[in-house]
Amino acid sequence: MKNECDVVEVIINKYGGNHDSVIAILQDIQSEYHYLPETALRVVAKNLELPLIQVYGVATFFKAFSLKPRGEHLIKLCVGTACHVRGAQPALDEVKRQLGIEAGETTEDMMFTLETVNCLGACALGPIMVVGEEYHGEMSPKKIKKILSDYKKATRSRRHDEIRVGT
Amino acid sequence: MVELTIDGTKIRTVEGTTVLEAAGEMGIVIPTLCYYPGLSPYGACRVCMVEVVKNNRSSLEASCTLPVEQGQVILTNSERVRKARKLIVELLLASCPNSKTLQDMASNMGINKIRFKIKDRGCILCGLCVRYCKEQMQSGGIGFIGRGTSRKVSTAFDVTPEECRNCGGCEWICPVCERACTAGNLIDGLCGGCQNLAPVETCPICTGCSESVGMQGHKVY
Ligand code: SF4
Ligand code: SF4
Ligand code: FES
Ligand code: FES
Repeated sequence: MKNECDVVEVIINKYGGNHDSVIAILQDIQSEYHYLPETALRVVAKNLELPLIQVYGVATFFKAFSLKPRGEHLIKLCVGTACHVRGAQPALDEVKRQLGIEAGETTEDMMFTLETVNCLGACALGPIMVVGEEYHGEMSPKKIKKILSDYKKATRSRRHDEIRVGT
Repeated sequence: MVELTIDGTKIRTVEGTTVLEAAGEMGIVIPTLCYYPGLSPYGACRVCMVEVVKNNRSSLEASCTLPVEQGQVILTNSERVRKARKLIVELLLASCPNSKTLQDMASNMGINKIRFKIKDRGCILCGLCVRYCKEQMQSGGIGFIGRGTSRKVSTAFDVTPEECRNCGGCEWICPVCERACTAGNLIDGLCGGCQNLAPVETCPICTGCSESVGMQGHKVY
């Protein structure tokens, strides 16, 4: 955990330990770990001299923050009205089947977290699926299968390389 | 100094006071839930609603957060205000039927039915406990978490915070847990038993001296 504290402290120092930057700090921590670890929140509270509950309150207020570990790729599938009409339900079912998880859950290998959202502002391209920062439009079950398997392959081979480099 | 009119009476008061405090100086009692002397005004419950009249128009404002202004005309007990307050208490009761403070208030206001679905949440989110802990105990052990319908008062990670001084103040100040209504069954979401058993007295000849005082603060001569 020592390591983790250091990373968090670097992030905090980047913002000059300012009270106003709690959200920015949490965002950076979240992009580092894909979620907000408890230790990190404690370090933030201590360094900014804020009561822990205030930091915790901010972390629970925004949907973008997660206190539960999340997968490497965050999948946001739009089930908004337009996407629904254009077939979001079969798309969602397909993603669930491919990953074996329900919405709001994370795969065991920590690769994917699935979330549903209500409109991403690109209705004309619905159903929309966002993986990380990448938008994929006009999703059909077939396309989803292909996209997800591409991500799986890429991630697996990357992880594999990392292990080899590590040893 | 600013001069304003509350319920037809002119009053001069220092700038920076709130309408609620100014009315209090005149002996006019405005019901409140989330206001507490010594804590910062919060404006969450809206029970302290008053009518502000301006150029033939009027608006409803929470008096605990409304600063006095020169020439302001305030009605603390107009038809519109009473109606709005009743609705608010009704809504609050629907989420906290066991609060004696709320039941008493409902009984004082003459509410005779809760028309909303009752869902006991045990908290009206008035923020008194949170402000008490932070401002009076300098502790900050509790706070609001989540948002919208899942907003609630909690400690961080659901563990007793190091900062907590075990003063018990948060429980003491809470309008919901402080005095729980012990009535077994509520009729239409209402109890008001204790209030109804001891009817509020009125003077032998009521001159309507303190119409705006409401039964709670009515003085019998
Ligand atoms: S008991 Fe603890 S949490 Fe409650 S007001 Fe006192 S210090 Fe705050
Ligand atoms: S717990 Fe009580 S004092 Fe605290 S916000 Fe809820 S109702 Fe108000
Ligand atoms: S409804 Fe899906 S992008 Fe608008
Ligand atoms: S007392 Fe004014 S809003 Fe609660």
